[in-house]
Amino acid sequence: MSNSALLKSSLAKKYWMSITGLFLILFLIGHLAGNIPLMFEINRETAHGFNEYAKFMSENPLVQIVAWVVKIAILFHAVDGVLLTMQNNKARPVKYKVENANANSSWFSRAMMPMGLLIFAFICIHLVNFWAEMHYGSIPTYKVRGEEYRDLYTVVMKFFGKDELAIMWISIYILGMVALAFHLIHGFQSAFQSVGLRHKKYTPIIEKIGYAFAIIVPLIFALIPIVIHIRVNG
Amino acid sequence: MTKLDAKIPEGPLKDKWTNFKNNCRLVNPANKRSIDVIVVGTGLAGGSAAASLAEMGYNVKAFCFQDSARRAHSIAAQGGINAAKNYQNDGDSTYRLFYDTVKGGDYRSREANVYRLAEVSANIIDQCVAQGVPFAREYGGLLDNRSFGGVQVQRTFYAKGQTGQQLLLGAYSALSRQVGKGKIAMYSRHEMMELVVVDGKARGIIARNLVTGEIQRHSAHAVLICSGGYGNVFYLSTNAMGSNGSAAWKIHKKGAYFANPCYNQIHPTCLPRTSEHQSKLTLMSESLRNDGRIWVPKKMEDVEAIRSGAKKPKDLPAEDRDYYLERRYPAFGNLVPRDVASRAAKERCDAGFGVNKTGEAVFLDFASAIERYGKEKALQEGEDTNNMALVRELGKEVVKAKYGNLFQMYEKITDDNPYETPMKIYPAIHYTMGGIWVDYNLMTTIPGCYALGEANFSDHGANRLGASALMQGLADGYFVIPYTIGDYLADDIRTGEIPTDTKEFDEAEKEVRDRIEKLMNNKGSKSVDSLHRRLGKIMWEYCGMARNEEGLKTAIKEIRALREEFWNDVFIPGKADGLNPELEKACRVADFMELGELMCVDALNRTESCGGHFREESQTEEGEAMRNDKDFTFVSAWEYTGDPSEAKLHKEELKYENIELKTRSYK
Amino acid sequence: MKLNLRIWRQDGPNDSGRLENYTVENVSPDESFLEMLDELNEKLVSEGKEPVAFDHDCREGICGMCSMFINGEAHGPDRAITTCQLHMRRFKDGDTITIEPWRAAAFPVIKDLVVDRTAFDRIIQAGGFVSVNTSGNTIDANALPINKADADNAFDAATCIGCGACVATCKNSSAMLFVSAKVSQLALLPQGKVERQERVLNMVEKMDEEGFGNCSNTGACEVECPKEISLDNIARMNREYLKASLSSEK
Repeated sequence: MSNSALLKSSLAKKYWMSITGLFLILFLIGHLAGNIPLMFEINRETAHGFNEYAKFMSENPLVQIVAWVVKIAILFHAVDGVLLTMQNNKARPVKYKVENANANSSWFSRAMMPMGLLIFAFICIHLVNFWAEMHYGSIPTYKVRGEEYRDLYTVVMKFFGKDELAIMWISIYILGMVALAFHLIHGFQSAFQSVGLRHKKYTPIIEKIGYAFAIIVPLIFALIPIVIHIRVNG
Repeated sequence: MTKLDAKIPEGPLKDKWTNFKNNCRLVNPANKRSIDVIVVGTGLAGGSAAASLAEMGYNVKAFCFQDSARRAHSIAAQGGINAAKNYQNDGDSTYRLFYDTVKGGDYRSREANVYRLAEVSANIIDQCVAQGVPFAREYGGLLDNRSFGGVQVQRTFYAKGQTGQQLLLGAYSALSRQVGKGKIAMYSRHEMMELVVVDGKARGIIARNLVTGEIQRHSAHAVLICSGGYGNVFYLSTNAMGSNGSAAWKIHKKGAYFANPCYNQIHPTCLPRTSEHQSKLTLMSESLRNDGRIWVPKKMEDVEAIRSGAKKPKDLPAEDRDYYLERRYPAFGNLVPRDVASRAAKERCDAGFGVNKTGEAVFLDFASAIERYGKEKALQEGEDTNNMALVRELGKEVVKAKYGNLFQMYEKITDDNPYETPMKIYPAIHYTMGGIWVDYNLMTTIPGCYALGEANFSDHGANRLGASALMQGLADGYFVIPYTIGDYLADDIRTGEIPTDTKEFDEAEKEVRDRIEKLMNNKGSKSVDSLHRRLGKIMWEYCGMARNEEGLKTAIKEIRALREEFWNDVFIPGKADGLNPELEKACRVADFMELGELMCVDALNRTESCGGHFREESQTEEGEAMRNDKDFTFVSAWEYTGDPSEAKLHKEELKYENIELKTRSYK
Repeated sequence: MKLNLRIWRQDGPNDSGRLENYTVENVSPDESFLEMLDELNEKLVSEGKEPVAFDHDCREGICGMCSMFINGEAHGPDRAITTCQLHMRRFKDGDTITIEPWRAAAFPVIKDLVVDRTAFDRIIQAGGFVSVNTSGNTIDANALPINKADADNAFDAATCIGCGACVATCKNSSAMLFVSAKVSQLALLPQGKVERQERVLNMVEKMDEEGFGNCSNTGACEVECPKEISLDNIARMNREYLKASLSSEK
């Protein structure tokens, strides 16, 4: 294996970007599936169902491994992105006085870095809000058939429903999802292009799926806190 | 040296080149490493020569004025490259290609050179394909051919309308490979300013780094001039803006004879000039004449109505149109050779029938072709052939598939839609058959100084056939010079590196510095372009498509006066020690001012009409060109004596042992 | 037409440069953009000033020498053409036109609008060729049939004129479109397949060394390319490089 080629070259950086990106897209699907129940009617069953899921996610050893891989992937994706951007800025030390970039490319394809930074900030906030709370915080517990469950469900409901800063949190989450949407519109199909998966027949399909994915997934994510807020207060 | 020795090898025509190769002296690989060769110009001839010589082991220094070797003007050739492959099984052969080329050149080229050209033509295609040149192919995966300029076989290989580009990039990649290996030192943005002759042999050049203005000395055991043609004497031509005759002219002044400078090719299908500020005439491929019909109105009132815009050309009924090529040359019609088509256009425009504001344009009309193809297509698709709107639409599709990129280019430049209204075209200077005199080995009259490609004179006679320029450039560079140069360099294996601190280099450098200083310090009032434009006008007026004694004499007088004005009143802003495009242009135009005069001197001397050279005094009653084989079957090789008008004429008799001289007729 | 021009003037590589204002009058809509600049230059010369230096040669869109960033776009607002094919009818009387050189660390400015693009040459020298010597005895051109679609795609990639508009346009000054066009041309043809691994590895290595940026797939290069070279080529190079770097023993 060529060391210089697979680690240092500009193309290799793009491959890592692409592979981590595609992996994180898969993660989004899983994460969304696990969180959709939060939008269901508020009762004991949905609450317990969600808490069971949370328990599984925080205790299953396999999931723990995957969870760390996701975190590493996010970090890798972010660091690689920063490195690439630094290199790219160095490649044009003197900027144009007049640049009509909208004539040849979409703004969000050029804004992967700022969107990425927003998403990164969002992830940090999100982790502090729930992941840290779940693992290290003082969450009320209850027992069912001898097993102890942490009541994350109630924490979430309170956070988006009753917390005095709920509206602010919801706004931040929506903003994070808007950033994610634009990041994905370009990122989804770009990940395929970067590893050379381009074909006259299939690329248009990939582009359409990517577009749909980039809108639908963040949209549902963004709906979750809104729905919770309405249900809790309504 | 009074008698020119073309050094044509002994033996029957078809064995000459083989005999030469069998008997020429060689330089062994170890010795090649200690021999330097300078190549000026990196087009098809220079690029292929530099690559081939470096592969053989010589140390090559290649020079081009462009920012990259890939930009030489060979890149603009559109149509194709001829080769006697006979892939189409239509009776082609080396002999036929040879015969067509000699005949096309109006029997003014050297038999042995042309035969060798035809002989190596097939190897060129093999070589280029091996390099990865993407020629057009058929569905079976084999190479496609098309027909070109008035020959009866399909022998033209092509890559859409960009054959020159693909071939040049092939040569450029071979050259780049050797640069990467360190066998070629590439000097881009450098211009050759002077040849250095030591003990009668070409031993180096003085070059100017166009970016820093530095004057450099480069020595070598041989110097190859591959700098293209001198069509830009006319200011407006299809040549690139930077194309120039300076390298050729510099060696001419150092002793190389200049052959047939008056043989210039005027291409009939170019875009007409529209304004004073026009800088360039764009060529529309000859292939358009396969389907386009050329005409002007029959009646003067229609001409005026069209010029003023009162009438549209497409509304003019057929009986009021003069399809003058079809009228004058029923056998070949719109597909007569370039020189004939050009003169016929000029004849109509001189008679006042030119269709644009300047009166210098004729129509090239695709309406008939669109209808014809449309009907064929409608028939194939089972549509109504009487539905003219549909037929035209279908026809446009067919024409678009064939010439789409040319039509688009035309529309971009003129803002006219050629699918709806006929194109306006007019002849323009395109190629120069004349050039530095060379012997069979491509050596000039200066030992060790060679001229390849368009820069030499040898293969196209008085008129070049379409798709033959690319063939010649690559033949010279890939397959001729690698053999012939060894025969000369065999004497240099013990010479060692040529020192540059000698008085010959001192003198040559001083000449260059003095010239630049004079130009920079002139502080006149006229821009280089304005003077060049005036030179172009004189040349076009008197030494263009038709020439006569009185006009040529006037031209010589005017050019001399203009040259004096140039040296007295030209203004070059800026400094000489940096990038200065005005200075570059001035150096080139200074040479054009002399070369133009020699062209007129040559045209005046050759009182016959042949190929691209048309003397009004020598024509038939019907206005056709009339050759004079008895008095003019020779090459005019001019020796510089200090003044172009005083150039000394040497004649190389042309002997035709394998071809019978005939009158070209396209009636 | 009367036009206001804002043109980048820079005396040399070490000068910092600035935009300067000029006006040109009586510009005909039929003139080409470069002819308009010729006129400006003649005017400047007649006033004893130094004309604007710009690269140009064939003036028919094939040599790739002309290189200007006009009103924020490489080769100006039209598509599929070079600056020399841009005509003044594309502009209106009274328009202000800003003209800048290509901007990239790998293309340093030499003077005014002239930049040094020899980085492209060096990339080709690193591997943009088929290693075959001149010989009258290569195999017959028809001994190796080539699928027409492959030949056509190779040709489309080979039409690159090396003007550098892709680099100039790309927000990252990436040379991927240029490099991938050559890699694609030769990877598609059987003649080039022999050394496809070394070629793509060496050319990409050189590309990185020259200081071009990375491709972020914005697609701007394809839009501004005067020869409409496709992004397909970049994808093909990505594949080629991936395969080569995994299997190469280096």
